[in-house]
Amino acid sequence: MLDDFFTRAILAGVGVALIAGPLGCFIVWRRLAYFGDTLSHAALLGVALAFLFEVNITLAVFGVSACVSIALMLLQKRATLSSDALLGLLAHSALAVGLVVLAFMTWVRMDLMGFLFGDILAVSKTDIAVIWLGGAVVLAVLAVIWRPLFAATVNRELAEAEGMNPERVNIIFMLLMAAVIAISMKIVGVLLITAMLIIPAAAARRFAPGPEQMALMAAGIGAAAVIAGLFGSLEWDTPAGPSIVVAALGLFVLSLVPAVNRSAAEPAEPDRRTHELRRETRR
Amino acid sequence: MQNSLIGMLKKTEALVTLENAGVHRAGRWLVRDVSMSVGAGEIVTLIGPNGSGKSTTAKIALGLLQPDEGRASRRADLRVSYVPQKLAVDWTLPLTVARFMLLTGKVSKSGAAEALQATDVAHLADAEVRTLSGGEFQRVMLARAMARKPDLLVLDEPVQGVDFTGEIALYDLIKRIRDEMQCGILLISHDLHVVMAATDRVICLNGHVCCSGTPTAVASSEEYKALFGARAASTLAIYEHDHDHTHLPDGRVMHSDGSVTDHCHPDDGHHHHHAEQRDA
Repeated sequence: MLDDFFTRAILAGVGVALIAGPLGCFIVWRRLAYFGDTLSHAALLGVALAFLFEVNITLAVFGVSACVSIALMLLQKRATLSSDALLGLLAHSALAVGLVVLAFMTWVRMDLMGFLFGDILAVSKTDIAVIWLGGAVVLAVLAVIWRPLFAATVNRELAEAEGMNPERVNIIFMLLMAAVIAISMKIVGVLLITAMLIIPAAAARRFAPGPEQMALMAAGIGAAAVIAGLFGSLEWDTPAGPSIVVAALGLFVLSLVPAVNRSAAEPAEPDRRTHELRRETRR
Repeated sequence: MQNSLIGMLKKTEALVTLENAGVHRAGRWLVRDVSMSVGAGEIVTLIGPNGSGKSTTAKIALGLLQPDEGRASRRADLRVSYVPQKLAVDWTLPLTVARFMLLTGKVSKSGAAEALQATDVAHLADAEVRTLSGGEFQRVMLARAMARKPDLLVLDEPVQGVDFTGEIALYDLIKRIRDEMQCGILLISHDLHVVMAATDRVICLNGHVCCSGTPTAVASSEEYKALFGARAASTLAIYEHDHDHTHLPDGRVMHSDGSVTDHCHPDDGHHHHHAEQRDA
């Protein structure tokens, strides 16, 4: 069964979606979309370094992403630049350095497009093993830190005051992010990883009654997008990675349709709330 | 024998103690020279004008801020519940009241239900947190803090957005929490008058501790009596009082500060120091 490239692609893609969904929820909740972008841009530097030092690409990407995360945390503590400026600086510097390093290595023949947009149809059995085993580890760690990570997402000070350690779970979360990017880079490419993190989570939001349900739904929607995107790509001969993202976008748009929306009556509630707020302020 | 002795020691030991604690940020002292303690079964109220360092002091007590001078110590294995002043829940976060109750630790279903019942928001258990009004959310936050059965409960402006009858009910509830759970409570408020009934000790801050004392020690003060009588008399009187309070733009701070200085006058020597500072 695994000899068929299409089956391998589906297995790999679904594996990535199952990891990206729950982590993507935190990206959405914590407004870290740009952070995800930064890490994935930096991934290209990891690829370049892997060629330079002849080490495993996944490990090199993980290492570079982890370094960028930690650099960001340190810079945020000291520098006077705002977070988004720092992220932009790190993202594009890492991307540029990566491209320059690759250009210097004239002896390396690599498919740059494959890294930028993914090459899901070329995944090997080893890739699938890395995705599913690595993914299982990532999800297991996420399950362990779930409560403190979620509490710190709602309110960091509250979590810390009540005996949790937000700093530690934040670092672990950033390492998980680095791992996900390293694992999924080959599937959708560095430019589209953030989409796999954010779009399924955003699509799940409207239907999720709680954070845990949202994480599960995001995983499911991501997996559906992978399958739909791959079949679409086969049918219309479109590039696989972008097709998956387009399918995810389609599911997100579907989630906005009122008829599908279970809580269609909701707009009444914000009104009530603004009204009450206004009353309170006036007082 | 030894166990009971340790038990006794634990009971008398303060839950949290600040000794001359100060926090320095961006070239200025947010608070300085704050000494205070909260013991089990004790309600300590921090009052003071905006920017006087009430929240900063509470954060030192909670361990969220490390003092740049002085010391802050908490009893070992202290179970803390914290109700922050502001807690914004974004639309992207699907969070029901029931799930919010479990935010930082497991709480039994009956414990959560009881706490929500006590704060009159049991009917909101399945509501999404972001759809609640300010007052409803304050009650939910208090219920969550309560359900954890803390040793120390820190409340930062817990009656924000609560209407006036609700305000009194909430203070009564805070008192009941103390009586039933025998926990220490550190309360931050800008409205001294309603708080006083339940408070054991009032600490008035203005960048430093400008006065502190038991409300009973100052109960002889005429103004205190008037305010206190008004509070007990009817909710309408309190409404009127508060109405004055909020509708004087700068006067509000002056007013509450002024009345505080009056209260502390009989038994506090730091009062003059305070007055000098204000003139300078």
